[in-house]
Amino acid sequence: MRKYKFLILRRIIQLSILFLFVAGNYFGWELLRGNYSSAIIVDSLHLSDPYAILQILASGFLASSSVLIGALIILLIYVLVGGRMFCSWICPMNIITDLAFRLRRMFKIETEVRISLPRNFRYYILALSLIVSAVFGLAAFEIISPISMLHRAIVFGSGAGWAIVAVVFLIDLFILKAGWCGHICPLGGFYSLVGKQAVIKVKHDKDNCTNCMACFDVCIEEPVLSIVGKESDFIRSGACTNCARCIEVCDDNALKYALKFDLKK
Amino acid sequence: MKSMATRRKVIQRMMEGAVFMGTGGLIWGKAIQTTTKADYVLRPPGALKEKNFLKACIKCGQCVEACPYDTLKLAEPGDGIANGTPYFEPRSIPCYLCTDMPCTDSCPSGALDLKLLTKEEKPADINNAKMGLAVIHKESCLAYWGIRCEACYRACPLIDKAITLDYEVNKRTGMHAKLLPIVHSDVCTGCGVCEQSCIAEKAAIFVLPLDKSTGEVGDHYIKGWEKKDENRINDDVKKVDDEKDVESAIDYLNDNDLIDD
Ligand code: SF4
Ligand code: SF4
Ligand code: SF4
Ligand code: SF4
Ligand code: SF4
Repeated sequence: MRKYKFLILRRIIQLSILFLFVAGNYFGWELLRGNYSSAIIVDSLHLSDPYAILQILASGFLASSSVLIGALIILLIYVLVGGRMFCSWICPMNIITDLAFRLRRMFKIETEVRISLPRNFRYYILALSLIVSAVFGLAAFEIISPISMLHRAIVFGSGAGWAIVAVVFLIDLFILKAGWCGHICPLGGFYSLVGKQAVIKVKHDKDNCTNCMACFDVCIEEPVLSIVGKESDFIRSGACTNCARCIEVCDDNALKYALKFDLKK
Repeated sequence: MKSMATRRKVIQRMMEGAVFMGTGGLIWGKAIQTTTKADYVLRPPGALKEKNFLKACIKCGQCVEACPYDTLKLAEPGDGIANGTPYFEPRSIPCYLCTDMPCTDSCPSGALDLKLLTKEEKPADINNAKMGLAVIHKESCLAYWGIRCEACYRACPLIDKAITLDYEVNKRTGMHAKLLPIVHSDVCTGCGVCEQSCIAEKAAIFVLPLDKSTGEVGDHYIKGWEKKDENRINDDVKKVDDEKDVESAIDYLNDNDLIDD
């Protein structure tokens, strides 16, 4: 059980948020309403996705002050504290893509695309999304985002939503390992960029490491683990989702959550 | 030599990037255009003009959740309406003009704006909504056939204001009256309750977005019988360049020479 303690906690949080969204729509609960782009808590506090707001601003519309402030709050939380934690602790797509990742490992599915997609492909998508938003006058990623589609599939019963999510799942399962969250998703890319210097990070202790490689096996962003077995330091890459899978699979106590206060590259 | 090679690599890289951005952007843009290709769509009360609405709406669905009648729906891919934006189809469920405007009020992004339901400094009022305008196709409206119906007139939440009945002699029978529904565009909210109530197989009264249901005369026609409109002539004359012979231009049509020729 110790091997899954963070995983279980993450799923509880992700599913509870989903459940509250569903209850908001079906039972009229006011705890949490809206979606992952913009939500309102207990009918009073607006929270918004800073990347969605960025696209709206790029499209040429000055969003209302309530969503602007809501986006600023969220941005500060991840920039200062959480890093890319949205991905592993909040985002519902993470449940889907983690499942594909796990099935790949269980059934040893090794397929990879011929032209391997670079990990920083998502930053190009991120830049492109802002350009397309500006040119076409419409938040470009929001209109195709599988995250919003999954939310609509669950909360509003949208069939097309499930279809898009299924496509992402199949790509991850058969075409590219960690394809969506590890290479393509611009929201993950956004948080990777802005969350690089956040305080919560995974810390590696080389002296305890036995080079068993268990962490590499479970990490969807395995390049971020490059220091493992070589030097004792924080996992500094912004791409680390702080999911703590590496921490829980490590039998040698060589990885743990820690607080980072320096600003080294 | 080596630096030449790396430089070539860098240039190749940049070209690849540019090609990716270009084609990717075009495909992405095309995809957006196909998802917004529907000819028309009716938005919730207090919505910004379509172009700005599309920019502003964050697709959170809070307006949809707030609507007690399940009027509003979020568009899905394939609907031809920007994916995730709210709309309604009055023939299935119209907007019942809730006096507390829960949908407009719940919108966080400003895509639905209570200010657009406000007139002359008074508090927001749902009856100021302009979601569209009801239009009547006379040939399929039973009332215009001379059969008594009035379904839309009775259903309209702004009865006797948005729809009135005009009386006309039924020339065919020579002894009956036709009670004809007439929509008044200055009052009609576009709620579509009339469209839903229409007893015709395919509604003879239906809501179209304002830009699809309204015309525009243009500045060059003036209602000479309205003092305020008439004043526009003088205003326009003042605006015209002094060097031009404005007076003679105005008198051109009155000039007898035109007739003499
Ligand atoms: S990468 Fe994107 S889809 Fe994946 S968990 Fe992060 S935000 Fe969600
Ligand atoms: S390094 Fe660890 S915490 Fe970061 S993404 Fe990989 S498994 Fe998760
Ligand atoms: S005014 Fe009422 S019925 Fe009409 S869309 Fe808004 S919430 Fe629904
Ligand atoms: S509440 Fe506003 S931002 Fe949210 S879906 Fe409705 S119109 Fe769009
Ligand atoms: S849409 Fe029809 S029911 Fe609604 S205000 Fe206009 S005329 Fe009346």
